[in-house]
Amino acid sequence: MSQDIRTILKKAFPAAIVEQEAETEDYLEVRPGEWFEIATFLHDTPELKFDSLQCITGVDWGPEAHLEVRYNLHSMEHKHKLEIRIVLDRTAPEVPSVEKIWRVADWFEREVYDMYGIVFTGHRNLRRILLPDDWVGWPLRKDYETPETYHGIVVPKIKEEWE
Amino acid sequence: MVLNIGPQHPSTHGVLRLKVKTDGEIVSEITPIIGYLHRCFEKHCENLSYEQVIPYTDRCDYIASMNNNFGYVVAVEELMGIEVPERVEYIRVIMAELNRIASHLLALGTYGLDIGAFTPFLYMFRDRERILDLFEMTCGARLLYNYMWVGGLSHDLPVGFVEAAYDFLDYFEPQVKEYNDLLTYNKIFIERTADIGVLPAEVAINYGVTGPNLRGSGVAWDLRKAEPYSVYDRFEFDIPVGKGLVGSVGDCWDRYWVRVQEMLESVKIIRQALQKMPSEGDVHAALPKKVRPPKGSIYKRTESPRGDLGYYIISSGKPVPFRIKMRSPAFTALCVLDEIARGWMISDVLAILGSLDIVLGEIDR
Amino acid sequence: MFENLTSLEWLLWLILAGLLLFGLMAVNALAAVYAERKLSAFMQDRLGPMGQGAGFHAGKWGMLQTVADALKLILKEDIIPRAADRRLFIIAPYIIFIGAFIAIAALPFSEYIQVIDINLGIFYLLAVCSLGVVGLITAGWASDNKWSLYGALRSAAQIVSYEIPAALSIIVVVMLTSTLDLQGIIRSQEGVIWGILPNWIIFNNPFAFLAFFIYFISGVAETNRTPFDIPEAESELVAGFHTEYSGMRWAFFFLSEYANMFIVCGIATVAFLGGWQSPVPGFMDSGAWGLFWFFGKVLFLIFVMIWFRWTFPRLRVDQLMGVAWKVLLPLALLNIFGVGLWSLYIG
Repeated sequence: MSQDIRTILKKAFPAAIVEQEAETEDYLEVRPGEWFEIATFLHDTPELKFDSLQCITGVDWGPEAHLEVRYNLHSMEHKHKLEIRIVLDRTAPEVPSVEKIWRVADWFEREVYDMYGIVFTGHRNLRRILLPDDWVGWPLRKDYETPETYHGIVVPKIKEEWE
Repeated sequence: MVLNIGPQHPSTHGVLRLKVKTDGEIVSEITPIIGYLHRCFEKHCENLSYEQVIPYTDRCDYIASMNNNFGYVVAVEELMGIEVPERVEYIRVIMAELNRIASHLLALGTYGLDIGAFTPFLYMFRDRERILDLFEMTCGARLLYNYMWVGGLSHDLPVGFVEAAYDFLDYFEPQVKEYNDLLTYNKIFIERTADIGVLPAEVAINYGVTGPNLRGSGVAWDLRKAEPYSVYDRFEFDIPVGKGLVGSVGDCWDRYWVRVQEMLESVKIIRQALQKMPSEGDVHAALPKKVRPPKGSIYKRTESPRGDLGYYIISSGKPVPFRIKMRSPAFTALCVLDEIARGWMISDVLAILGSLDIVLGEIDR
Repeated sequence: MFENLTSLEWLLWLILAGLLLFGLMAVNALAAVYAERKLSAFMQDRLGPMGQGAGFHAGKWGMLQTVADALKLILKEDIIPRAADRRLFIIAPYIIFIGAFIAIAALPFSEYIQVIDINLGIFYLLAVCSLGVVGLITAGWASDNKWSLYGALRSAAQIVSYEIPAALSIIVVVMLTSTLDLQGIIRSQEGVIWGILPNWIIFNNPFAFLAFFIYFISGVAETNRTPFDIPEAESELVAGFHTEYSGMRWAFFFLSEYANMFIVCGIATVAFLGGWQSPVPGFMDSGAWGLFWFFGKVLFLIFVMIWFRWTFPRLRVDQLMGVAWKVLLPLALLNIFGVGLWSLYIG
């Protein structure tokens, strides 16, 4: 990532960008509060013009640690890319939805919600997408425990220490 | 009336359910309901070693397994900083392009089937079989190959492969004309696909639509050219884009036509790769003893037949990946269905769905 | 000839004719299905049904394949969905079947072989041909399945629309021959025209030539075959009006479909291609050869229909109606006008 994007963003949103120790890293950490505004800025500013949202990845850093959402952005026009990371509180993970900016985020966010239980505030249709609507729990969290049955169907046990 | 297309329906290309609100024949709203094929790919990955993930990537997009292998191994290699022998790179490109042809043949054939033309489907399957024969010759498998490994390949090319590949290419190129005569320029086919389901370029980008679908909308975006991985920068080929030859840019026919042209481009690439490929070289030379990438993360995309196939890999320095996220091109392609298929007729919805070329295994993972 | 028969003989004659016709329909379906399979296979670079070495597997070249299919259909469990309207569901296949059956009864297979020769023959045929649509709607409605309903509605619209250009192009024939009697129509096509061509209606004048194609296209549409197979469009409506049918009931739909093909091609043969007349007047023209020519022509037209099916994609429902109302109907009307002028001034 070029330093310019970082500089531009820092100027526009001084409070929202988390300071990083090593500025050479390829990503930008932002606070969830102003994310929607930052996203709009990233999408609309002509010098940045991140018109393509590549991927939204949810990460769980373990039962004692935090959750994280990562956005990979790309600009078709300027051919530059950017990774945004947002660290979220484990007990109440909430992040503004960018589904209105990049429509593809609609399904990506639903998938992250489905797997991690991260709530995207402002999403117009935040439902489970891959799992059935009545599924309990957030499967990709590290502390997820596989249920023994689902609607009376026995879930096969996974071998311990699988490697 | 609410109509359920699927989960068992002849033209949903897998186990997809579309909840469709109709007014007579006109469709007013489409809600795709996915997840019937969810096999917890990402959860599995967190419990497997890096090498063991490869067969699972096969099963995601089972139509283009080679390309899925390719994307994954390229990502892991970049994370580990492995240099792969040149011969391996060329073989990978050959396999990926052959698989691209096979995948497009299936996409075009089943698309013909969706429109009601049965015969092109079997013609294309006949030719696809020949590609599968080549794969079988190479690695023994016809559908799920597990051929590309981190740092190398499972097998070297067998004796006689190069000749067989040339044979196939010589046979295949004239076949494309046959498809064009039978289907592409058929009047009824054009009637059914031209101007239907127009996907404008901005909408396509906003919806993250990639690959032939995006190129059908007139955007010359191909990762093989834009962000060349492997040895793609050494080949000459064009990026076919939709020109709206029979309708408007970005309609079903353009998406279809781009795939036809892409097969010919792939033939070009394979020919060049067969020529330039070093004839000697150990494909196992760079296989690491233990795949244990350093701490860090990578988002790497490659061009699969369906579009940008991205892998987001987070390594915690252990032999087991901490997190693998697969960004599937079919997922985003299906996402746009409601936007472009609203207001058309039931038959058109299926025509549009077919033109997006989705593979449910990859959407549901 | 029937006036002299006593009522018992009359009854026997009816039963005998009925059985023969039923046999004809069954054989026609068996043969047509086999032909369809083999032809489609050859067109698609396959072999189609084949016998597997020694033993009784589907016979040589898979000739027993359709027989085996028929056997399977007969032995299959008869499933009636719980939500279906039972009575209508049961009756629907028979309505369609009867429609096809009574139409076939009036077809002149040769100069002497015809079950009923009515003097309104062609009118009768056109009339009973559309009886089948009642059965289709009944089937679609009674199945209580949305796909069936869509199929039924589509087929109703389609068949009713295509009846019109079909009938209008038959009017051309009636204008030229001045009779509604099928044998009369055939007899008037005797001899030679334009020096070498047989005096068939299709060669009579350019308008009649066009009328044949209009009729044939409408006929293909009426039999719900590709490219007009939208009522049962596999990739859209699963199977259309017969989605919920299985076993013998489904076989009745199938039988009627092929019988309808036979009828449509039969009418085309009688009205435009000289019926049982030989293409070379005077050559192989005696009684039994009539049968040969009639069946030869009909089977050729059926072959063309099969050929269509394995070559063309399918039209969309509105495009299909567009073809009927915007292209075929004006053309057919123009034809009538043209033929009128032709017979007045030239013919």
